[in-house]
Amino acid sequence: MNRHVKAITPETSDLSRRSFLVGTAATGLVLGYAGVPGIGEALAAPSNFEPSVWYAIAPDGLVTVTCGKADMGQHIASTMAQIVAEELGAKWSDMRVALASNDPKFNDPVLGAQITGGSWSTMMNFDAMSRAGAAGRMALTEGAAAAMGVPAGELVVRDSMISHPKSKKQMSFADVVKSGKATKTFTPDELKAIKLKTPDQYTLIGVSVPQLDIPSKTNGTAKYGIDVMLPGMAYGAVVTPPVRFGATVKSVDDSAAKKVPGFIKAVTLDDKTQTTSGWVVAVASTYANAKKAAAALKIAYDGGPNAKVSSESLLDEARRLQKLEDSGQFFVKDGDPAAALGTAAKVLEAEYTTSINIHAPMEPMNATAEFKGDILHIYSGNQFATRSGAIAAGAAGIDPKFVVMHQMWLGGGFGRRLDADMMIPAVQAAKAIGKPVKVIYTRENDMTMDFSRPLTYQKVKAGVDGDGKLTALSHDVVSAWPTQRWGIPDFLTPSVDKKGPLDSFTVNGADFFYTVPNHYVRAIKNEMAHNATPSGQLRSVAPGWTFWAVESMIDEIAAATGKDPAQYRISLLDGAGKNDGGAQRLRNTLLAAMGLAGYGTKKLPKGEGMGVACVSSQERATASWTACVAHVAVAPSGEVTVKKLTVATDVGTQVHPDNIRAQVEGAALWGLSLAMYEKATLKDGGIEQTNFDSYTPLRMSQVPEVAIAVIANGEKATGVGEPAVTVIAPAIGNAIFNASGARVRALPITAEAVKASMKA
Amino acid sequence: MPTLTINGRSMPVDAANDTPLLWAIREQLQMTGTKFGCGAGLCGACTVHVNGEAVRSCQTMVGDVAGKKITTIEGLAPKGDHPLQKAWIAEQVPQCGYCQSGQIMQAASLLVKNPNPTKDEVVAHMDGNLCRCMTYSRIQKAIMRAATEMRTASATSSERRPT
Repeated sequence: MNRHVKAITPETSDLSRRSFLVGTAATGLVLGYAGVPGIGEALAAPSNFEPSVWYAIAPDGLVTVTCGKADMGQHIASTMAQIVAEELGAKWSDMRVALASNDPKFNDPVLGAQITGGSWSTMMNFDAMSRAGAAGRMALTEGAAAAMGVPAGELVVRDSMISHPKSKKQMSFADVVKSGKATKTFTPDELKAIKLKTPDQYTLIGVSVPQLDIPSKTNGTAKYGIDVMLPGMAYGAVVTPPVRFGATVKSVDDSAAKKVPGFIKAVTLDDKTQTTSGWVVAVASTYANAKKAAAALKIAYDGGPNAKVSSESLLDEARRLQKLEDSGQFFVKDGDPAAALGTAAKVLEAEYTTSINIHAPMEPMNATAEFKGDILHIYSGNQFATRSGAIAAGAAGIDPKFVVMHQMWLGGGFGRRLDADMMIPAVQAAKAIGKPVKVIYTRENDMTMDFSRPLTYQKVKAGVDGDGKLTALSHDVVSAWPTQRWGIPDFLTPSVDKKGPLDSFTVNGADFFYTVPNHYVRAIKNEMAHNATPSGQLRSVAPGWTFWAVESMIDEIAAATGKDPAQYRISLLDGAGKNDGGAQRLRNTLLAAMGLAGYGTKKLPKGEGMGVACVSSQERATASWTACVAHVAVAPSGEVTVKKLTVATDVGTQVHPDNIRAQVEGAALWGLSLAMYEKATLKDGGIEQTNFDSYTPLRMSQVPEVAIAVIANGEKATGVGEPAVTVIAPAIGNAIFNASGARVRALPITAEAVKASMKA
Repeated sequence: MPTLTINGRSMPVDAANDTPLLWAIREQLQMTGTKFGCGAGLCGACTVHVNGEAVRSCQTMVGDVAGKKITTIEGLAPKGDHPLQKAWIAEQVPQCGYCQSGQIMQAASLLVKNPNPTKDEVVAHMDGNLCRCMTYSRIQKAIMRAATEMRTASATSSERRPT
């Protein structure tokens, strides 16, 4: 696993204080901001029992869990409440959720920052939430014991009720909180020593309880960033240049905009954080007026250094870099692939590409900024409050500790809201006019200024011996480096050839669980792409492209050596050496998917085929073992119909089985959408697709049958939001090969490419 | 100042006639359940009813709907308990939830006209509404569940009707 940030945290809170529990006066729990005026409103009512920073129990017995993770539809807030409630012994109907501010006390207990991604949240918070819940139960039990005059050890806690079976006395959580007798405190060591429940004792974990946020998302009451309304607020519409990055504003003529009713000001951004370039905000009394004013601005640009760059030039540059011996850094270097390739009986070589892809969450990017006294308040749904708060501070020219981020429900995240570009126009417009400003991107701003999944180019060479055994694999990955762009050294990984840190979020997955004695993976930064298309983390990140290459190549090797591609994978998943454990779980998952799909047992009509793929996404240390069997039909025209996707995934422990299915299905359909329907292109430095007519994510009519099997053998809970994205494209590509003999190596897959390959 | 009849109430809005209905609803009336998604009628997030028809409020101008009956997600059922809303909860449809107001409003206009839709009819009616979380199969199930409930309810009420 990668090491993670502390560097940028406005005021680092140490771990012992972060996990400090029970009985502390509320004021003592407000870390980092205690001396800052205007922060007091974050304090809980003094009569509440606040056993941990993570939750409070009100005198009415309602338990409100504060979720430090961004909730973008994965129901993580509800999941945190579920884990707390399990150990606390609270009734599910008593649970509520609130979203955390960027106060460092709400930092992730493992990551030491507020960042949501990587399908990490459940696995990294399970222990802390469990201990917080258990500590609360112990404190409440002691309080009840004192109030009832019975030994604590004789009390039973269930459904927010503490009972003493012998005397038939009982107290509700509400009674104990009102009594003020819950005062037990825990040191970090005592917390660590708490004996948690074993899985056989669970009564809530593993149960598909109703998600706490869902009712508000059926009646219009859930509040997203775009819904924030502040008194006296103005609206900002962004005018972005024709070039994705690097343009500068030469002049702004606002004479026509001044005639728009309600127009206030055109603000040219001065972005020292270098997150945006060449942006102007038209500020007006309403958003409709702001848009009219934006359209009326006459802006002259200098296109800058990237004004001629296109998708083709990015790909050409990637090919050039890959050919250079000394490009990039090594992420994996086992054995000597060059020598082994030299002596191999057969060598296969192929290049795999993926296009630029756009996040396009349904809620366009937005942020509302308000200066109040010394404090800058930001209202926005964001996945990386720690860094985004610092970027907002940078835009305002103030210290990050004076920024309060108010988290909202996210109308989709998918990695897009890890970025902070939307803070800059909101902050600088609010500063310029002296009023709160809500900036809303048009869909066109949102698409053309996306921190996109970068265009990727991969070259894979494989060597097999006379028995068809895979002896060598060399794998070069050329892309922009999205995570390096953050400028946070702790998010980078040392290269094994000691050539400096590399962005492992461009190569994760390539360090697979197959046993290959000579294996190297090289991460090569495409500087041209990095500069011209500042990229981001798109749902599933690197495994979304690395497994496209690896799982396609494994299939190509199986075909070239006359082996069944599924059986060939099983032979490579022998669990030798460092692959012990993971390889066996992945093998079993593949077998589960094969069994569920009827792989190899069905006689399919001509033009139909099944293909398999299996992955260890997201990272070696955090993998959810996932396999897919895709069933496709290929017409002579090359037109592909995906008939069914069968996905099996081993998640260790299921906290919420129904939610896992929802996430895996959504992820699988994302995988399908990226494999078949989504493509962005760069021309003259600008993204050509501007709305849902030209960038076309999956619609309802394109949804195939999806079957899902979830495996949970009691290992630690792993993530489910992303892994299933990564397994779909290669499974479909491999199914197309089995159906038609056509091998496709570029995403998205087009009928033209399939047809061309059929003829070849 | 144009007046809108919205969720059964008459409300003046401080907006020019060429203002998209979407922004008048959200900003002037501060009813934020109706969402902005694309501004071009391509995603369905802003769907409301005008005289019972599902329309994209980002493509409908305030001046064109004066005097017409507008219904938003807030007014679909007085207590948020329209059979579709109940079905959305029963099937645990929403993920991020941002598109779901529009999905529900779009679905409601189908069930008024066609109380017993086939799967293909549901897909054809709903295909203009994007869900980036890809909750499509649950949306379909919820529509079918609500349709069944509405048919059962109306069968029961017609049985009770004196002849």
